[in-house]
Amino acid sequence: MLRVSLLKRRPEFTLAAAFVAPTPGVIALFGRSGSGKTTLVDMIAGLLPPDEGEVHLAGTVLTDTRARIAVAPERRRIGYVFQDSRLFPHLTAAGNLRYGEKRARSVPHSIRFEEVVDLLGLAPLLSRRPHELSGGERQRVALGRALLSQPQLLLLDEPLASLDVARREEVLPYLERLRDWLAIPMVYVSHQFEEVLRLATYIVLLEEGRVLAAGTVAEISLRPELRSILAPDLVGAVLDGLVTGVDAAGGTAELAVGSGKLQVSLRDVPLGARVRVQLLARDIILAIQPIEGLSVRNALLGTVTEVTPEMLASVLVKVDVGGPIVLARITEGARAALRLAPGDAVWALVKAVSTRGHAFRL
Amino acid sequence: MEPVSSAELEALRLSLEVATRSVAFSLPLAVLVAWILTRARFPGRTLFDAFVHLPLVLPPVAVGYLLLLLLGAQAPLGRWLHAHFGIQLPFTTAGAALATAVMTFPLMVRAMRLSLENVDRGLEAAARTLGARPLDRFLTITLPLMLPGILAGALTAFAAGLGEFGAVITFAANIPGVTRTLPLALYTAMQSPDGDPLALRLAILSFALGLAGLLGAEVLVRRVRRLLGR
Repeated sequence: MLRVSLLKRRPEFTLAAAFVAPTPGVIALFGRSGSGKTTLVDMIAGLLPPDEGEVHLAGTVLTDTRARIAVAPERRRIGYVFQDSRLFPHLTAAGNLRYGEKRARSVPHSIRFEEVVDLLGLAPLLSRRPHELSGGERQRVALGRALLSQPQLLLLDEPLASLDVARREEVLPYLERLRDWLAIPMVYVSHQFEEVLRLATYIVLLEEGRVLAAGTVAEISLRPELRSILAPDLVGAVLDGLVTGVDAAGGTAELAVGSGKLQVSLRDVPLGARVRVQLLARDIILAIQPIEGLSVRNALLGTVTEVTPEMLASVLVKVDVGGPIVLARITEGARAALRLAPGDAVWALVKAVSTRGHAFRL
Repeated sequence: MEPVSSAELEALRLSLEVATRSVAFSLPLAVLVAWILTRARFPGRTLFDAFVHLPLVLPPVAVGYLLLLLLGAQAPLGRWLHAHFGIQLPFTTAGAALATAVMTFPLMVRAMRLSLENVDRGLEAAARTLGARPLDRFLTITLPLMLPGILAGALTAFAAGLGEFGAVITFAANIPGVTRTLPLALYTAMQSPDGDPLALRLAILSFALGLAGLLGAEVLVRRVRRLLGR
């Protein structure tokens, strides 16, 4: 468990954030730039002293201003992957990787050099110097360097922010692998919801130095606080389900979601795997009677639990599909025509091609 | 003109020796002072900064004279050094090296300070999160990244030290084979009635040596920079 409660006053801004998050897992600190995310991780790392507060990790006190405890960063065993990688320019990639490993002599090495090189695909890069690496390669080396310091927590401060979209794809799969194969708790700072969706198991929403909400990704995806941060087109319920069927030729998998089944676009996934999918609110069609003769693959029967007006004459409809909730955005006109109100039974329709599943091992 | 005389070779050898010893002596101290001036915050820092740079603006003869007052055979510190360590500085090669070191010290500190200011503190923070303690961090991150400045400082000080005149002649006198370095030999040649050809050769030698030193410094610093990927 990671327990954080910190206060930092700056002339232009005050950070007062507290959350408790389960570990292991990937805790996303999600918020706009300037919401205090980096300040918060710097304090967790011990690089920035808080004015007041505490940091507890797995029962160990790292910071407690009242008890005057402030474990030095070099003794915290917290790995930090910076936005700008911060590789040592006078050392090769291998030298960078070994730097932290050598200094972790007093702790048992559960993460081995060869393992990290293998996991992050670093073998061809080892003899190169940082300036001979691409941005994505640099971040992978930085990630390996942090891992080899045998951390009990890994902080990743927007590790993909300085990369273009194609380069991000070079790194993201490796981050997913880390999450799935090493049981190291991670704090992942981002303002890209796509990354959070793919990586996080828990979200802490930050806004102007305060925690707006915290919870699992599925929980937070339904919260109005998230909608205040997210672009409207990215709003949509996140569902976690188990794979119950695979159509390898069609490139789809079938998930058990609540009382229904959901076909999602997803390749190379075994039966029984845990998969997360976001159903974007703008992609959901609501029907008040069963519909036939449509190409839509998914029709989940549920009950309307809430209708919330949005801007631009649209409403957001919450539909309980037997446990999980789906969000649908329809126009106010459509709602009026169907006379939709809480308690009504509806079918939520979504095309399989509008969904993209992300496999999780956790 | 006659071939290179033994007096010239002697002066050249002495100049190289004095410059080398002065750099060797002041290098670690200059790194320390550069670090203090860049990183440490303490009352009197500005005064300390001015004190370090004083040799740049003082007449060299004044520096030599101050050294005599401090370390001369009659001065308390000079007597103490002689009594306890058998060290005698005035009128010796070591003394010439010390006077040269004092004169070139600010040059060295300046170059090192510049490069230390350019060291990314973020890299030191990264080393911290990887478990490096302060001294470890300094030796493995800060110092290697300062290397271009250290080299530039050392080589500039060396090149300048080859030609230090005022402080050396005041503190260590003009003793052939002991403290008569290139500029002192040049001065001596100019004073003697038929010394013009010798003076000219010594002047050309000094010129060539200085130029070689500065060019060498530039090339070396560039190489190291490339090694650091900048």
